[in-house]
Amino acid sequence: MTPEKLLYSKTHEWVHVETDAAGAKVATVGLSTFALKALTDLVFLDLPEVGTDVTAGSPFGEIESVKAVSDLNSPVDGQIVEVNTAVVDDLEGLADDPYGAGWLVKIKIADESGLAHLMDHAAYQKQCECEG
Amino acid sequence: MNTPSALARTPLYDWHCANGGRMIDFAGWSMPVQYGSIMDEHNTTRSAVGITDISHMGRLRFEGPGAAVFLAELLTRRVADMALGQVRYSLVTNEAGGILDDVLVGYYHNSYGQPYYVLVVNASNRLKIVKWIQDHLSEERANKPGEEILFTDVTSLWAMFAIQGPMSVELLQPLVDEDLAMMKYYRGAQAQILHPRAQRQGGIVSRTGYTGEDGFELSVGATVATAVWEALLEQGKSLGVLPTGLGCRDTLRLEAGMPLYGHELSESINPIEAGLTFACHLVGYDFPGRDALLAIKDKPLSRVRIGLESTGRRVAREGAAILLNDQKIGEVTSGTFSPTLQRPIAMGYIGAEHAEVGREVLLDIRGRKESARIVELPFYSRQKKGK
Repeated sequence: MTPEKLLYSKTHEWVHVETDAAGAKVATVGLSTFALKALTDLVFLDLPEVGTDVTAGSPFGEIESVKAVSDLNSPVDGQIVEVNTAVVDDLEGLADDPYGAGWLVKIKIADESGLAHLMDHAAYQKQCECEG
Repeated sequence: MNTPSALARTPLYDWHCANGGRMIDFAGWSMPVQYGSIMDEHNTTRSAVGITDISHMGRLRFEGPGAAVFLAELLTRRVADMALGQVRYSLVTNEAGGILDDVLVGYYHNSYGQPYYVLVVNASNRLKIVKWIQDHLSEERANKPGEEILFTDVTSLWAMFAIQGPMSVELLQPLVDEDLAMMKYYRGAQAQILHPRAQRQGGIVSRTGYTGEDGFELSVGATVATAVWEALLEQGKSLGVLPTGLGCRDTLRLEAGMPLYGHELSESINPIEAGLTFACHLVGYDFPGRDALLAIKDKPLSRVRIGLESTGRRVAREGAAILLNDQKIGEVTSGTFSPTLQRPIAMGYIGAEHAEVGREVLLDIRGRKESARIVELPFYSRQKKGK
């Protein structure tokens, strides 16, 4: 994934939308480099099971660092169709390649209008500058 | 992170900002929580040596012929019998025996041979303790002929560094004129700082710390703080020294089973249940809370401080309920992922009747239950050289 071409949530999840073979929109979701740099020292990642329904703005999992635990929030309404179980056991891989091998879940989008609430890369950069 | 300008700054503030320190609000001070990875900074302290700016700690100085008795009547620990260069861990309690602060008291001579005491207090409690002292130090008492007491808050005049780890003697020795290898644990001295930019200033060095590792705490004048700090980092390159933030200070003290004020210690917790009976000398001078503690000591305890180790990876943090047979028996006061043990650890208080080492309990971590076991404190003890 190219970070510049992704959409972003206010809570630092990135989103890449594709159309699957059946014509449904599927969002691949991960965590931004900014978020991972702020967390540092990851110790635990909890991801949902395939089939779980998720709601935009609500937690679908959690990520724990030495310092604190943070929710992973779903950027869209929909259902989990794929989970990156490999990254759960390789948190260094997540930190090293958050836009590639470090993707977290794929969500079959229930309502595409929700995507309008997400930011493009430029808007997200601005948010990060304010937080940084 | 943006830091409001109202926060207090240590003499090293500019250095921290220029060197990747991630600044947070800690007890009203802008302090670096980490420079890089907390885990790296932690492991460096355990395996080599790390240096932490702890200039936010309150430093209160007592001089004059009445100082020893005044402190003896303020602190839970004996003071009047302290030898020159001795340091003691003590508590300040209120009349009910609740803990107002945990402190270190050190007894030194200045370069003119005049004795003085330094009380090192928590940053979060400094103003409270200063007021407590002022409330107990009337003008009449401070000026009583032959028993005068001069009390000064010298926090802003002195920087303080924690130099912690197995290589701490090697790192610090070239900078001070005291023989550090000969210095015993909980001893200290006023020393000369041996650095061209230290302007022949004196400092205080003591073999104390808050990491469970061998190490020292060094006080130097605020004006030469950055020069001495940079000298430590420069000379320590071959030893693998790292600047270390408050993030690993917390994980290190937790592994060492050391309580932190505001977590394991508070005004509603007494020293006996906190496991700090050793720091209370109840038969000497009368101090606020002594009678209360004498009464508490002879009754069965309602709760005690314990250590917990989890088998899973989720960390129980402050406020997590401790459950036994679906009943809440206590609460976690601090928890983290232990970099040394590679598993979550926590401290908390539970009903004394349940506090049995080895007992399995459940922790309610954000609505989900995780299993944990009561273990002996500390979680980590260093291997002592030659013992």
